[in-house]
Order: sequence, then structure tokens, then C-alpha cells
Amino acid sequence: MRAPSERAGRTRLGAWLLVGVLGASAGMLPSYAFAQEKVLRIGQLGVMSGPAASWGLINKYTAQAHINLINEDGGFEIDGEKYRLELVSVDDKNDPRVAIAGAERLVHQEGIKYIIGPNVDETSRAIIPVLADGDAFNVSYGWQRELFSPPSENTALGMIAGYQSAPLIYKYLRDERGVKTIACLPRNDTSGLNSRDNCVAAAEQLGLEILSSDSTYEPGTTDYFPVVGRVVEQNPDLLVLSGVTPSDAPLLIRAARELGYEGLMATETAMDAKIFSEVAGDLANGFISVGGASAPEIRTDYMQRFIDEYEKVAGEWNDEAGTKVYALEMILQTIKQAGAKAIDDVAAFKAVVPEVDALNPFISEESIKLGWIGDSDFQQKRQIRVPMVVTEFQNPDFKTLFIDTVE
Amino acid sequence: MEQVIVNGAISGMNYALMALGLTLIFAIMGVLNFAHGQMYVLGGFVMYFVYTVLGLGHVAGFAASIVTLVIVGLIFERFFFRHALRMAAREESTMLLAAGTALLLESLILVAFGEKQRGMPPMVSGVYKLFGVYIPAGRAAVFLIALVAVVAFILFMQHTKPGRALRAIAQDKEVSALQGVNIERYSALGFALGAGLAGIAGALLVSLLAVNSGLGTSVSIKAFIMVMLGGAGVVSGAIIGAFILGFAEALGYAYIPGSTTYLLIFAALILFLVIRPQGIIGKPWG
Repeated sequence: MRAPSERAGRTRLGAWLLVGVLGASAGMLPSYAFAQEKVLRIGQLGVMSGPAASWGLINKYTAQAHINLINEDGGFEIDGEKYRLELVSVDDKNDPRVAIAGAERLVHQEGIKYIIGPNVDETSRAIIPVLADGDAFNVSYGWQRELFSPPSENTALGMIAGYQSAPLIYKYLRDERGVKTIACLPRNDTSGLNSRDNCVAAAEQLGLEILSSDSTYEPGTTDYFPVVGRVVEQNPDLLVLSGVTPSDAPLLIRAARELGYEGLMATETAMDAKIFSEVAGDLANGFISVGGASAPEIRTDYMQRFIDEYEKVAGEWNDEAGTKVYALEMILQTIKQAGAKAIDDVAAFKAVVPEVDALNPFISEESIKLGWIGDSDFQQKRQIRVPMVVTEFQNPDFKTLFIDTVE
Repeated sequence: MEQVIVNGAISGMNYALMALGLTLIFAIMGVLNFAHGQMYVLGGFVMYFVYTVLGLGHVAGFAASIVTLVIVGLIFERFFFRHALRMAAREESTMLLAAGTALLLESLILVAFGEKQRGMPPMVSGVYKLFGVYIPAGRAAVFLIALVAVVAFILFMQHTKPGRALRAIAQDKEVSALQGVNIERYSALGFALGAGLAGIAGALLVSLLAVNSGLGTSVSIKAFIMVMLGGAGVVSGAIIGAFILGFAEALGYAYIPGSTTYLLIFAALILFLVIRPQGIIGKPWG
């Protein structure tokens, strides 16, 4: 008769053997099931924590929602083969050093060639050497021209920059609303001050009188009443919140309106209707900003599917996602045009950039095709052609004012 | 100028509510609660959730914020700081722990409430115009409620047994223990009260200033400025520091262009602390 300890030992050994067999089987099954499936991995690098978390998280949710739709439809076809898409996300914390580490991980450890992000000039600039070294390509949401101009070749702009949208918006307001005087109020950081400079340049170009451009507010400001007072005293026809974040804008608007300001207010970036409605309500009516493909008047059924999927991924819709939905589509369409070799060869990707001319699946305006632009601003095609949808807030939604394009 | 003075007074009262909890915890436990800003943010989010998502009204929102932050404060004190204070040989250990709790709370808030900014309509709508000065009704309401909360807190500290015990511990912990004050119990009360005050501030100010998950650090920095100005660990000092900061901001933004306002505030703070490191009415250390 076996001793109890010997029986216990055999029982344990048997249990471990069973676990091992089951584990090996489970491990084999997925491998076997997907052995035939091709996978295309896309990276996403952006700020997903701290005060600017919404910028990077929107990129992540947008890409993930779009990937879910494509995978649901059977994958993305390249050279007759279907590819299942995967997203690998890294938080750069809005810190250039963390962005470099994140880019190195995506490019060298994960072997990813195409990255969506980062979100600002500083982090975008920081990873340029990593992209060049690893032969990878990214779609950035920084604005500085140097990022997209030679010798930088592997970075493209994924949206319309403030220096592109500002002249068109101000011209419209000058011609249609009689604006003659302007004040520019930026956040006191690189992006905000660059936006302020763009505001001033556009105003000078259009002959608008600049009443104020030297007032600023610190990132993280909570009370805008004192900030706005000095600017509102000047009573400009148009108050531009240069480079304002979606979270700060409704507070600034509310402060200005509560101080008795009755003029127009605008910004050159995308805002969030729900935050506007919650924080500023009717006080935000008339605020002008740049929207995306989500405006009801121009969205396609596919865009509506995307919105529904985004709500599943993120919990609720965010209008800013409408401006960021193009990056993944452009990367995929360009790889498709170049062929499967472009999945690992960014040179092949870049070679076909001037030729891409695809239908935009998100908006109903067929004349506004997807493609790469940028010769006039960057001396090379390193910007996604996206429609510039200028909107005006009428609680609780944004209404389309006009649609234009930037070439 | 009148608008500037009104702006300063309103900001000062808002800041006083933010600073009280921080100075109380420092007074009782000698710990700079780096998570103070995050507690403020949590109070704001709880108010938003109860009022906007559940539709239960301001009173329920305040109650929920206070209860939530009191529980957080008790958990932090009981499971983190009590042990650290007992075991740590150096003050830096508790400072690092405090910084860690700030990161923990910020991450939890981001997971629970998401990345979006959240705000609420003002408690009272409309704008009063008196002698050329604009006073939004919502700000006036917050000013009055904050004033009541500050006065209630001072009365609690001055005229109740727990309040006297907390003041005794703040003055001299060892002597208080010898006098029979249960240090552990009142430390827990002090931390919970400090956290609760941060929660009240967040719940009250979310209708004026909104909240997002990343706001905590900047709120903490402002609270530290006020507390250091007035005198760390001194309640009246925190209030004085709050009004100084409120008026300095209002005057700076009104009369000094660009980013110089906060540059001057920080430069003045450094100079002041070099001359008088204990703050305006704090006691000299050591």
C-alpha cells in the first residue's frame, strides 16, 4: 500500500501533467486556427494620461473602432489577400523622452512600420530620428511645418493645421459677418503660442486690426474669469481661442459671456459638442470651430457605423474623432496602392504617396477624395487631404457653416 | 479695477476651500498630501456623476462626494500612511508615499470616469451687474456656500471636542498623547476631514471650473502655494494664502500681459520663503 505522501505526490504530478497538456492544446489551437491568417499591425503613440489625455485616447479609440469594423468585414485586402488588423498602443504621456522610448518599442521591438500619432509638436519632433533609423512612417497631429518638410520624410500631418484653417475661417467671418477687429488668446505653451502666431499672421494678411495678442493663460488653469477679463475689455469683433483644448474652450467661452462679451468666438481646432453643452450650454451658441466627418449633413452610412462602433469602444461619441478618422484609412489605402511589399518597406509606401486618390468612405461629398497633399506648405506631399468642415455650435450640436479643402 | 477686486475675492474664496484640507492633513500628520488635487478631482467627478448621470440633484451630489472622499481618506490613512509614519526613519519616505497615492488616485479616476472633461451648468443661472461689475449668479452662490463651509470648519475646530483634539495634536502630538488623546483615531479623523474638504471643494467648483482626470496636479500645486504662503499647518494661514493668490492672479492677469503673471507669483513666493520660510503666520520650524 502506498504511503499517503507518495499518493499525494503522484496526484500532484498528475494534476500538473493534465494542466500542461491542456495548456499546450489551448496554445496550439489559436495558432492552428490563425496560422493561415495574415495580420497587419498598426502602432498608435500619443498622450493618454494627464491633462491632455483625451487627445491620445481619441486617436486610440478611433483607430480601434475603425479596425473593428474592418475586421468585422473580413479584413483589409492587399494584393488579393485579406489582412486582419491589430492596434498596438503606447502612452507617451506628452513627454518627448517617453515618446522616444515608445516609438523605439513600437518600431524595434514590435516591428511596426506605421504609427498614428503623436499628438503635439514636441513629441512628434522627438521621434523623427527613431522613425528614420527604423524606417517607419507616422501620421502626426503636431502642426509645425518643419515636421513635414524636407529633410523629414517619414512624418505626415493627419489633420488641417491652424495656419491653414485660420485664414479661411477669418476670411469667411470678415466677409460674411463683418468682422474688423480680432483678439488672439492662446494657452502658454509651444502649441498655443504657435497657434497665436498663426492667428496674428492670418489677421494681418486679411487686414484685420489686432486688439490683443499678448494675453495668455497657463496650462492647467481652472478659473478663466481673471484671464479673459483683460481681453474682453478690448471688445474685439472676434475672439480667437488659439490652440485651445476641447476641455478649456467651454470654460473660456462661459467666462467671456458672463463678463458681458457679445462678439464672435472661434478656434482653429476640433471641439466636443457634449462638453460644450454640459459646461457652457447656450452660452456657447455661435462658437465657431473645425469639425470632421461626423457632421450629420455630410456623413455616410459607413461613418455612422464608425460612430456606433466608436461608442462601443469608448463609451460615448466624441466629435474630435470625426477629424482623426482618416489616418488609418490613408495608411491602408496607400499600402494597398503600393502592394504588400509596403507593409514592411516604407520606401515603397512613400513612392506611391503622390498617386493615391481614393474615395472618402466617411463623407458624402464625392468630390473630396482621400489623398496626400502638402506641396505648398511642406514642399512635399506629407499631409492627408481631409475636408475642412467649419461648424458653429448651436446647443447641443455643431451645425455645418461651410466646407472647404486645403491643397 | 472693481471687476478685478471682485474676481480676486471670488477666486480667493474658491482657493480657501481648496487649501483647507491640505493644511489640516499637514498639521495633524506632518504629511504633504500630494493626492490633494486628485481628491478634489474625485469630488468633482462624483458630483457630476450623481447630478448629471443619475439625475439626483446637488444635495445628493454633495453628500456622495463627502462620503466618498471621507472613505478614501480613511483608507489612505489606515492602510498607507499610518504604517509608513510608524516605520519610516526619514520624512522623504512619506513624501514618496504621498506622491504614489496621487498617481494611484489619478489613474483610478481616469479608469473610472474616462478622459473627458466634465462640467455642470451653474447652480444658479444669470449674471448680476452691480456698479459696472459683472457677478455671475453661479459664482455668487459658490462664494456664499464656500464661505459657510469655511466658517463651519473653523467653528468645528474651535468649539468641538474633536476639533480641540485635532488642534492639540497639531500643536504637539506627544503631549497630546500623554494627555489621553487617541492619536491614531484623531489622525484618521483629520485625514478623513482633510479629504472630505477636498471633496467639498471639487463638488462645489465643478459647476464653475469643470474637472478632468489630469487636473489634480495643478490643483495640488496651487494648494501648496497657498499653504506655504500662509503658513503650513495653520488653518487661518491657508485662508490668507488663498486670498493672496486669488488677488495676485486677478491683478496679474488684468495688468501684466503674457505669461509673466505666474512667473512673478512664483518668483515672489520663492523670495518670500527665503525671508520667512514659515509663511505669514506659521510658526518657525525646528
